[in-house]
Amino acid sequence: MSFPWAEQYTPKHPVMQWVDEKLPLPRLVYNAVGAGYPVPRNLNYFWNFGVLAGLALVIQIVTGVIMAMHYGANDLVAFGTVEQTMRDVNAGWLMRYAHANGASFFFIVVYLHIFRGLYFGSYKAPREMVWLLGLVIFLLMMATAFMGYVLPWGQMSYWGAKVITGLFGAIPVVGEPIQTWLLGGFAPGNASLNRFFSLHFLLPFVIAGVIILHIWALHIPGSSNPTGVEVKGPQDTVPFHPYYTAKDGFGAGIFLIAFSILLFFAPNFLGHPDNYIEANPLSTPAHIVPEWYFWPFYAILRAFTVDFFFVPAKLLGVLAMFASILLLFFLPWLDTSPVRSGKYRPTFNKFFWILVIDVLILGWLGGAPAEEPYVMMSQVAAAYYFAHFLIILPLISRFEKPLPLPGSITEAVLAKYGKTDGETVAVPAE
Amino acid sequence: MASVEQIDGTGPSGEDGVRRRDFINIAAVSFAGVGAVAVVLPLVDQMNPSADVLALASAEVDLSAIQPGQAIKTTFRSQPLFVRQLTPKEIAEADKVDPSTLRDPQTLEERTVDGKKQWLVTMGVCTHLGCVPLGAGEGENRGEFGGYFCPCHGSSYDTAARIRKGPAPKNLEVPKYSFTSDTAILVG
Amino acid sequence: MVRIGAFLVGLFFAGWLFISFLIGAVAYVSEPPVPTVEHEFHEPVKHVSFSFDGPFGKYDKQQLQRGFQVFKEVCSACHSLKFVAFRDLEALGYNEAEVKAIAKQWAIKTPSVDPATGEASTRDPVPADHFPKPFANNVAAAAANNNAIPPDLSLMTKARHHGSAYVYSLLTGFQEQPAELLKHFPDAKTPEGLHYNPYFPNLNLAMAPPLSAEGQVTYGDGTKATVDQMAQDVSAFLTWTAEPKLENRRSAGLATIIFLLIATGLAYMSYQNIWADKKKAAV
Repeated sequence: MSFPWAEQYTPKHPVMQWVDEKLPLPRLVYNAVGAGYPVPRNLNYFWNFGVLAGLALVIQIVTGVIMAMHYGANDLVAFGTVEQTMRDVNAGWLMRYAHANGASFFFIVVYLHIFRGLYFGSYKAPREMVWLLGLVIFLLMMATAFMGYVLPWGQMSYWGAKVITGLFGAIPVVGEPIQTWLLGGFAPGNASLNRFFSLHFLLPFVIAGVIILHIWALHIPGSSNPTGVEVKGPQDTVPFHPYYTAKDGFGAGIFLIAFSILLFFAPNFLGHPDNYIEANPLSTPAHIVPEWYFWPFYAILRAFTVDFFFVPAKLLGVLAMFASILLLFFLPWLDTSPVRSGKYRPTFNKFFWILVIDVLILGWLGGAPAEEPYVMMSQVAAAYYFAHFLIILPLISRFEKPLPLPGSITEAVLAKYGKTDGETVAVPAE
Repeated sequence: MASVEQIDGTGPSGEDGVRRRDFINIAAVSFAGVGAVAVVLPLVDQMNPSADVLALASAEVDLSAIQPGQAIKTTFRSQPLFVRQLTPKEIAEADKVDPSTLRDPQTLEERTVDGKKQWLVTMGVCTHLGCVPLGAGEGENRGEFGGYFCPCHGSSYDTAARIRKGPAPKNLEVPKYSFTSDTAILVG
Repeated sequence: MVRIGAFLVGLFFAGWLFISFLIGAVAYVSEPPVPTVEHEFHEPVKHVSFSFDGPFGKYDKQQLQRGFQVFKEVCSACHSLKFVAFRDLEALGYNEAEVKAIAKQWAIKTPSVDPATGEASTRDPVPADHFPKPFANNVAAAAANNNAIPPDLSLMTKARHHGSAYVYSLLTGFQEQPAELLKHFPDAKTPEGLHYNPYFPNLNLAMAPPLSAEGQVTYGDGTKATVDQMAQDVSAFLTWTAEPKLENRRSAGLATIIFLLIATGLAYMSYQNIWADKKKAAV
C-alpha cells in the first residue's frame, strides 16, 4: 500500500522487537505518520490543515469530556451548570471558552482543508474514497456541532433546536412525526436535551473512527500535491517524519496562537449574545441565526421564497440545503478533467475563485436578517453555487485547455528554487 | 535512500552544523513538552473542589436543643457530623480509661475544647471503611462501650468516641471547630 | 448519467432561484419596503470608556463597589442576580467580614424551611448563598411589574451587543418622544405605562427610568453621584457579574501567547533546519 522505497520499521531494542511481534502498533504508527510514509516533497502550507483538524478534534474531545464532568443535562439546570462551570470550577472558564471557540476553529481548518481539496483536485481518482470519507466526517461534524450548541440551553440553543428540527417537519406526510420523534416532544424539552447530550458525546468518537478510515484510504495512493502530478520515484518524496512532522509542528504553533488570541481576548466574538439568555419557550429572539459555520447553508435554505407548483418553498429550501452538501459526494464524477491541480487549469481557476467569493457572500447573507435586499442577494449567490458544481464544472472539464504540466514533482521543485546542475532534473522512474 | 542524497546534493557538512541543528530541534521539542505539561495543570485542577463547594466547607451548629446524653447528626462537608452532650457519668467513664492502653491513645480533654468537656464533636465516619456508626440517634445501638457502634464491621467506640474494639484503626476524627457563643459552634 | 442528472438538478435549483429573484426584485421595485419606526429611530450605543476596555484593561475595584451600591440600592428591588454569590464580592475588594455583613443585611431574604414546622420561611443570606431573587417566580414578577418580567442581570452585559455600553446608554437614554417621530409615525406613540428610550430595540420599555436624580445614592468614597456616574458604575459592575474571570483570562492569555510565540519561533527554525538539505539541493 505504500511506495516500495518507504523506510522499513526496524526496532532495535529487544522490548520493541517483542512488542512488534505481538502487536505491531508502533509499526502501524511508523508507517502512517512516521518515517515509513513517503510524502511528496512539494506540499505547501495548505497541506497543514489535515493535521490541524486532527489537533482541533483532540482539543474538542479533551475539553468536551471535562465540560461533561460539570454539566447537568436537564432543562431546569443546564444553563445554570454551564454558568457555574464558568464561575466556580477551577479553570472552568478556560475549558468552556476553549470548547466553544475550538468548535469554530475546527470548522475554520476543515473549510480550508476542503477548499484545498477543491482547488488542487484532491478528490479525483484515485483518491475518491478519501474525499467521500472526508464528507462523511464533515456531516458528522455538523451534526455534532449543532447538538453541542443546544446544550447550554440558551435562547439560541432552544430556538436553533426548534428551527433545525423544523426542517424535517417540511417533509410531506412523515415530516411532523419525524420532528416529534427527534425532539421526544412537541417542542424542544428535557427529552431533546438529554438525547442531544448523549449523541454529542458519542459522535466525536465516531468522527475519530472515520478519520482513521480517511487516513487509511489516503495511504493507499499516497498524498496528492500542488502540481497534481503523481509521484514517480523516490526523488519526489520525503519521509513524513521528520520533514512533515516539523512543518506541522510549526503550523500547529501558528494555529494555537490564532486560537489563543480569540480564546483569551475575544471569547464571545463568534458567539451570539442571545445565548447568554436562558431558554424561554414563550419568547423568540428577534433574529435567529445558527453558528457562523452554518451560515452559507442557512442562506441557501432561506433563499427559496416562491413555491414551485405543488412543492412549498419551505420544502424546496430544505431540499436545496441538503443538496448543497450532498452534491459534493458526486464531485469526483462531475469534474472529469484529467488535470488535478487548479494551477494548470486557467478556466477552472477563475471559476474556483468566484466560488470562494460566492460562498463567503452566502456566509455573510446567512448571518444577515431575513429581509430585502439580503434575500435577493442570497438567491443570486445560491443560484451560482448550484450552477458552479452541477453545470459549470462539468462543462469546464470538457472544454478547457490545460497548461503544460511539469514532468515530475522534482522538476517543479527545482523550477521553484532555481536549478544549477542539469542532471538533477531527469529522473524518470517509470 | 542513497539516490535521494544524490539528487539533493550536499548533506550536512561538518560537525558544527550537526550540533547546532540538533540543539534547535531538541529545544523545539522541549518547548512543546513544557507547553503540554502547562496545559495539563488546569486539566487536572478542574477536578478539585470548585468555589461553590469550598464555600460550603464550614457549618454552624446550634447546640441549645441538645440535652445531656443526647446527640444530633448534622452534616459538615457533605459528611455526617455527630455533636453530643455527655452526661457526667459518661465523662467519668471516659476519664477512667488509661490512655496508654488504647489503640489510638488520647484523653477526652484532648478531644474536646477546654472547659467544654461535655461537648463531644466528631465526624460520623468510621475510621475503618467509612460507614456511619450508630449511636447518635435516639435509641440506636451505642455498642458495649456506650459511645458509637459501627454496624458494618463491628467497631465499638467509647463515650469519648475512641476506638475500643473492632477493626477500626483510629478514634473518630474531631474536626476543627470553635465556639461562637455558649450554645453555638462553627465547624471548619 | 451522473452529469446529465446533475445538469438537470443544477438547472432546476439555479433556475428557480433566479425566477424567485426576479419575482422578489419586481416586488422590491414596485413596492419598496416601508421603513419601520425602529429602523429609523433606534440608535446605536453611546460611546463610553471603561477601565476594562482594550485587551489588557482591568476592573476598577472602587468603581465596581460603587456600581454594586447602585445595584443594591436601586436595581435589586426588581432585578435578580441569580448566578452571583455573596462570596464572589470578595473580588470587589471586600473582606470576609464585610461580605458576611452584606449578606446578613441584604434586604431580600433567602428562602428556607422553618426547622420546627417545616413550613416555607426565609433566613438571612450567608456568603455561600447566591443573591436571592426579589420575586418568588415569574408570575409574581409579572404581577408586580405591569406584566413585564424584570430580567436577571447576572449576564446582561454579555446578553446584548456591546453590553457594557448598552446598559449605560439605556440607563441614560430615557427621553421624550421626538416630535419628528410622531409626525412620521403617528401610530408609534409610546403606550401608557411604557417609556421611550431610543437605545431599546423596540424603542419603548416597561422599566421606568431607574436613575433619575443626582445623589440618588450616596457614595462612600466621595464620588459625586451624577446620573451619568451611577450609570457608568452600575454598567461596570454588571460587566463584572457577567465576566468575573476577565482579568484571569487576560493575564493567562498574555502568558500563553508569549510562550507560543517563542515555541513557534523555535518550531520554525527546527522546520527550516530539517528541510535545509531539501531546499538547498537545487541551489
